[in-house]
Order: sequence, then C-alpha cells, then structure tokens
Amino acid sequence: MEKVKSITQNRKIKLFFKQREPILEDWKHTFYLWKSTPLAMIGTVIILIFLGIAIFAPLLTSYNPTAQNMNERLLPPNSQHIFGTDQYGRDVYSRVVYGARVEVWIIFIVSIISITIGIVVGIIAGYFGGVADEVLMRITDMFLAFPRLILAMVLTAALGPNLTNTMIAIALVDWTIYARLGRAEAMKVKSQPYIEAIRAIGANDLRIIAFHVLPMSISPVIVQLTLRMGTIILTAAGLGFLGLGAQPPTPEWGAIVSDGRSYLVDQWWITTFPGIAIAIVVLGFNLLGDGIRDILDPRLRR
Amino acid sequence: MQKMRGNLLNISKLKVAFYTYRGIIKALNGVELWMNKGERLGIVGETGCGKSVTALSIMGLIEQPGEIIEGDILFGDKLLTSMKETSLINIRGKEISMIFQEPNAALNPVMKVGFQIAESISRVKNKKIGKEAYAEVRRMLEIAGLDWERTINLYPHELSGGMAQRVMIAMALSSNPKLLIADEPTSALDVTIQAQILELLDELVKKFGNAVILITHNMGVAAEFCDKMAVMYAGNTVEYARTTNIFENPHHPYTKGLLKAVPKIGRTDELQSIQGIVPDLVNPPSGCRFHPRCKHVMDICRKDFPPLVEIKPGHYVACYLYWKEGIKNANS
Amino acid sequence: MQTAEAKVEAKNLISIEHLKKYFAIKQGLFSSAKYVKAVDDITFDIPKNSVFGIVGESGSGKTTIGRTILRLIEPISGVIRYLSTDITSLNKRELRIFRRKMQIVSQDPYNSLHPRKLVKNIIGEGLQIHFKLSSEEIYQRVKDILEQVGLREEAMFRYPHEFSGGQRQRISVARALVLKPEFLVLDEPTSALDVSVQAVILKMFKDLKREFSLTYLFITHDLAVIDYMADYMAVMYLGQIMEIGSKNDIFSSPLHPYTLLLLNSIPNPDPRKKKKKVLPIGEIPSPIDPPQGCRFHTRCPYIKDKCVKEEPEIREISKGHLVKCHFPLG
Repeated sequence: MEKVKSITQNRKIKLFFKQREPILEDWKHTFYLWKSTPLAMIGTVIILIFLGIAIFAPLLTSYNPTAQNMNERLLPPNSQHIFGTDQYGRDVYSRVVYGARVEVWIIFIVSIISITIGIVVGIIAGYFGGVADEVLMRITDMFLAFPRLILAMVLTAALGPNLTNTMIAIALVDWTIYARLGRAEAMKVKSQPYIEAIRAIGANDLRIIAFHVLPMSISPVIVQLTLRMGTIILTAAGLGFLGLGAQPPTPEWGAIVSDGRSYLVDQWWITTFPGIAIAIVVLGFNLLGDGIRDILDPRLRR
Repeated sequence: MQKMRGNLLNISKLKVAFYTYRGIIKALNGVELWMNKGERLGIVGETGCGKSVTALSIMGLIEQPGEIIEGDILFGDKLLTSMKETSLINIRGKEISMIFQEPNAALNPVMKVGFQIAESISRVKNKKIGKEAYAEVRRMLEIAGLDWERTINLYPHELSGGMAQRVMIAMALSSNPKLLIADEPTSALDVTIQAQILELLDELVKKFGNAVILITHNMGVAAEFCDKMAVMYAGNTVEYARTTNIFENPHHPYTKGLLKAVPKIGRTDELQSIQGIVPDLVNPPSGCRFHPRCKHVMDICRKDFPPLVEIKPGHYVACYLYWKEGIKNANS
Repeated sequence: MQTAEAKVEAKNLISIEHLKKYFAIKQGLFSSAKYVKAVDDITFDIPKNSVFGIVGESGSGKTTIGRTILRLIEPISGVIRYLSTDITSLNKRELRIFRRKMQIVSQDPYNSLHPRKLVKNIIGEGLQIHFKLSSEEIYQRVKDILEQVGLREEAMFRYPHEFSGGQRQRISVARALVLKPEFLVLDEPTSALDVSVQAVILKMFKDLKREFSLTYLFITHDLAVIDYMADYMAVMYLGQIMEIGSKNDIFSSPLHPYTLLLLNSIPNPDPRKKKKKVLPIGEIPSPIDPPQGCRFHTRCPYIKDKCVKEEPEIREISKGHLVKCHFPLG
C-alpha cells in the first residue's frame, strides 16, 4: 500500500513537470530570441538597473532626499554630493535615486488603471459587437479627441495638483489606446475556428471571453504598454515640471528638473542629472518594447 | 555527367537545403528527373516530398535561407545550375514559364489585368507597352476563353478563381515557352472549374506544343493530363514511368501504398493506409527515406539511397527490391 | 424529403424542414439590402446511424448548413429537430444540453485548436463545462479518448503546433467525442490532408461510427470520398438541394444535370478511362443574386425555355430519390 502511494506520488511529481514542459520550451525559445536581439537586451538591462535603483534606493545613498541643509546650498558635484546640491541644500543624487521609486510607482498605478479600463472596454466592444461596440467606441473617441497633455492638465487643475490626481489623469487618457487594441484583437480571435469549436462544445460567452479571448488578446496590449511606459514617464515629468504633478518635497524627476529651472546656467547639475535619468529610462523602455514586439511577432518565432 | 535521359530537361543528383533555426532542412536528396520536348510530366507526391522545391530550382528561384548544394539542371544545352541571375532572367518567363496554385497571389492587386499581361508580353519581346502588346493581350485572353473586352479592365480581385487562373495561363503561354511548369494550378479551384481549366490547358499545349510539368497531389488530375509521371517522396524521385504503367503496374512500395489510399468512385475495397508518418526533413531517415514505413525493408535500405534504375523500358524505380533487375537491364 | 414509409422505417435522428439562412450584406445608406441566400429552404432527414453526405462547390451553402443545424449560426426560419425535439426555439440554457449530443469537426486542422492551450485542456474543456468531474477522472477520460483516435498519452502535454495536420484532426475528433455525442457534423474534415493521411482518418471515422453508434453529416466537395463514406447524399447548388437520395441511386443513375456534370468533372485516377465528357459552361454564379428560374440554368448544357422562367419543384422520381429539375435525366 505504501509502495503504491509513493509510486503515485512519484507519478504526480513527474506529471507536474511534464505538464510544464512545453511552457518551459516556449520560455527557452523566447530566451534564445531575446539573446539574439541586442537592442532588446540593452533595453532590458537599462530597465533592470532602473528597477534595481528604485528597490535598493536606501542602500545607494545615505542622504535623505528631502532633508534641507542651507549650509550646503548649490554646491557643484563633489565627493560628498556626486550630483551636487540644489537651492535647499538637498543632495541631488539621492533625490534622483529616490525619484526612481516615484517613477516606478507612477508607472505601476497608471498601468493598472489604464489597462483594466482599456481591456474591459475593448474586449466587450470587440467580442459583442453591435450596439455595445458602437457606444463604447464613441466614448473612446470622445476621450481620444482631447490632446493628452491638455486633458491631464485640466483634470489636475480641476481635482487639485498632486501625484495621485496626475496618475489618474494620465490613466484616463491612456486607456483608450488599450481599448482600441483590445477590441481589434478580440474581433480577430472571435472569428477563429477554434472559438466556434468551443462554442459547439457548449461554452458560454463568459467562459469564452475569460479563458480564450482574454489570454490571446493580452500580448499586443502588454507590448503596447511597454512601449508607452516611456511616454507615461515623460507625461508625468512634464506635468511635474509644470507644477501639476508631484508636489514638493516629493522627488519626482520632472519636479526636480523644474526646481533647477532658474539655476540652469550656473548650477546646471540640478536640472541636468534628473533630465538624463528621464532620457535613459525612456530610451530603455522604448528599446525593450521594440524588442518584445519583435520577439512576440509570430512570423519570426517559428 | 551521366547520360541524358531527356532531350529537353535533365535534372541529376539535385540536392537542396534550407537553413532554419530548427536545423537544416534537407529538402531535396539527390532528385533525378527528365523529360522530352512537348511531353507532359506529372510530379506527384504528398506534402514535403519536394515537388515545389524542384520546380523552383528549375526556375532558379531558390532563395535564402535555401540553396542548391549539389546537382545539375540541364535545360536543352544550358546548364541552369551554373548560370548567373542575369542570364536566368532571360530564361524565366520566356523559355520556361510557371503558374501557381493561388493565381491571385501572383497578380498585382492595384494594376488592371490587361496592363499586367501587356507588361509581361512586352518584357518577352523587349518592346515598349503599346498597341502591339495590347493586340497580343486580346489574342491571349480570347484563347484562354475569356471575354477580353471586359477582362482587360478588371482588377485581380474582381476575377473569380477560375478566371484568374485563365489569366495566369494566358500570361504564361504568351511567350510560347518551351516548358510550362504548373504547380498545383487547380488545387484551389472548385471541381467543375478545375475540369474546365484542365481542358483549357490540354487544348492550348496541344496547339502550341509546349512541354508541361504538372505538379499535383491529386492522382486523378495526373492520370487525366500527363503522359508520364514521377512519384516523389521526401526529396527523391522514387518511381518514374508512363502514366498507364504507374497505375497498372506500380512497383515502389510508396507508389503502391498511395494508389491503395486514393478513394475512387465505384471502388468497393477498403482504403489502405501507409503505416507511419511523413519523415522530419531535419533528421531524415538514413538511406532510403521511406524505409521506416516499408513492409519490405532490408538492411541495405538503411544504408544508402537506392539509385533510380530502369526495370522495364521507360519504367524506373528507386528501390532495392528491384535492384537486380535494374542492373541486368543496364548491362544488357 | 423521404417518403412517409422511409420515415417510419429508419428513425430519423435529425430532421430539417424549410431551413433558411440569409446573410445580409452591408450596403450604403441608399441602396436596398442584399442577401447571400446561403441556405434557401432546405428539407431533409438524417436516419439514425447513417452517414448523410452533402456535396457542393463554392457558394452551395454546404458549409453554412452544417453550422446552422448545430445552431452555431442561427437560421432565420425553418425547423431543426433532434429526434422529436424542436431545437430551433430552445434558449441558450436548454440548447446547452443538446450541444453535448451534437458536435462538429471542421476543415482547418491548423486553426481549429486553441494554439496556446495544451491538448489535455483543449479536450478536457468540454468535460469541465458539462460534467462535474475530478481532475483524475478528466485525465482518465482524455487519455481514453486519445487512445481511441490513435494518439498516445503523451500527446496530452503538447501544444497543437507540435502535431501534423492529420494528428490535429484526430485531436479535433477526440475533443468532439469525449462528450459522447450521437451526431457529428464533419465539415470537409480531410480536405486539407494528404492522400495517405486522409485514408487513415476516413477509416478512423468508419471505425468510430461503428464503435460509438454515431450518425454523421459528412460535408465535402469530393465525390469519391462521398462514395466511400456515405449512405445517403444531397447535392447542393447555390443554397438549394438539387438532388437527394441514397448514394447508390445517385451514383448509378444521376437525375440532375448538375450531378452528372459533377461526376464528369472529377478527374478519375484511372488513365485508361478517358472519355469525352460534357462539362458545365461558365463560372459559378454569385450566391448574392442567384439566377432566376432554375438556379443552375446558366451553366446547364440541357437548358430549355422553361428553365429560365420557372423554378422547378422538388419531385420524387423513384423511391427515396428526389430531384429539383424540370427535365430530369434518365
């Protein structure tokens, strides 16, 4: 009896790995493709460094990014403050490092909100078609009609300038892109023969959407999201620069750039370093997004 | 080079490989093929046997990631395999023409049909597109059984499958090629249209005397249209004979298996299938590629691919079962 | 329609009466609506445990009718009966019960299976929807049905793209059979397969039919395959049935000119039999505006005046053999 039990246990373990086998193969293949795309690798490295900085911020600097020290105002980059200090004596380096956390937070929240709204709207419109499609698409059009930055400005002006409202504002504009994409994918998947086969088996709409349409529609949306992450940062930075985003003393990169505006000529370091950070991270996301798109391209895969 | 078996086309020891991420696909494994002027040769086989690759090799259309690694293709007295692209261009579309399975894929969707035919005609005659070219277009469309006035101004998407294939035939035959290669020309068409197109082809090549290579997976089409047939399997010619002999007297185990698997109206016996599956061309079986599926497999079959030998006048088989007969005939 | 006698003898699993499906074509604001009359007033019965073949070319409606019978496409009028139940008016919940008994295997082996799911889940999904089974039971049933179609247990853990066309069709069949249906619509199941693979799959269909007492609706353009598989058949053209009867009757004495021309058009894999054949004239008309009168008149070599003006009634010429023609052959 014991022996039988251990055999079935063994079998169960083997089965577990056996089931994962094709998925492993898939990942191996993806890794192979990733290795052969140098730009994707560079992008990934940049983003990993970016994430690393955000996570390990306290380990990278001993200074408090919001601590003011009027004795050490406007110092150029030196051994104590490698990026110099700003007009309040704050260490620019630690502000940039902790700023990474703010950026990650922004990307995360904006992504979650915009993807959720976008996918729900897009898939319902694409799968059900007809009236639902028309209504949802007109609503999407309405949101798309506004220039994004202006809409974000209006919303933050109306709701009050703070980081949360900025994120909501950006998300409220971004979701339209995912809605359109999700709709196109849902329409494409809906007409595939295997969906018809599953209906013949007796699946209802909810099941089809949840288990079949959704998983297939998600990849292009994820790719698009990665490509847009750079834009999200830029928009947030732009709003921060205008004073509509993160409020002082939060070390958001755009806000820091704005801080250094009046000191640009003589104390260039306050603006320049966060500016470079923005540029590199946006570049990283763009490279990564391009790379992901190429990797996921089904024609190149097989 | 070995002796020339045909006076129009001679393919010997043709090997073609494709380099892909999965590995090297050994698509053609030393193909032997030949034909005479004015003849109709059918190349029959299933998916992956290499019939389309052979056709593309003749036309010199094998591109990266594929290449011809070995072998000769002799067309008349021209060695196609050693010719440069610049010389091949003069043969393609002129002395050798090709039509494909999807006619709409070969036509430019944004140009009118008449213009495209005129373009190909003027290219052949090396003249500009003018009244002469269009007069020729009219002639070819009429011969192809189309209402020329209407068709000339249509766009490809306005043509039905049958009409589009007629246009392709018109274009291909406008240069009066010595050889017409038709790669599954009717597979995408309805049955009644297929019959019409085959009849048209029959009429026209009889009239103009072109030689035809008809590639198909449909045994019936080959039986009706072709004088001779070459059966291909996994990159080799396994049997070559007059059509009547292939059907009445098949020798190669694969040919026999194929014929037993084809449903036929009025056939009362059970269909028989060939055991096993089509081989993976990245790791093909050693020796005779059919050996894993063959009931009569012998040790030698696993070692080397059996050469194509003549067992009766005009009837060739690549199989060790008939090796002795072949040698006898070769020596006598 | 088979005669009353025939109905009583062979109990019919499926009965179709005056089934219609039209597809609307979007036109501009100012033009009147146009329809593709894909299925135009079709009536026939499928006896239990038989194979009913439907033969036709493009635009005949053969693809649509298979799906309409299963209500994957909703008919605009007509009645579909499963045994004695009218399933045309059932709501979604009631229909679900019947879905288990009526399944379909499609033509395209490459797109009929969800590309990102394991075979185990593709086949098991039906079981999850209709039955409350433990995962071990599902595993066992999937394994059994794979064996029935000639695939090994390991196939469960692979993705569809790792299989050949013939194997994928087997997986589609397994998916359909795991629910233990009684009726199977086979829509050109072997058209995309090589000849030798087709032979294997067709034989499998015959074996499975015997073993599970199935009834088939077999749709194809290949008359040789119909000859091999079917007991009864209908010839469709532009949405209508031109001839219907037992396969033997139709092959031995075709009554409709279209049937005869179809038989003539098929290239015979026998080089000795080369006869001069009568072939249809011209192109297949579009099903959007089918010809007036008899729909086949534009291509019929035996056309007479009446054919252009009047649409023929469907008439029974001999027992169980019906034809829709003013001047049937023979």
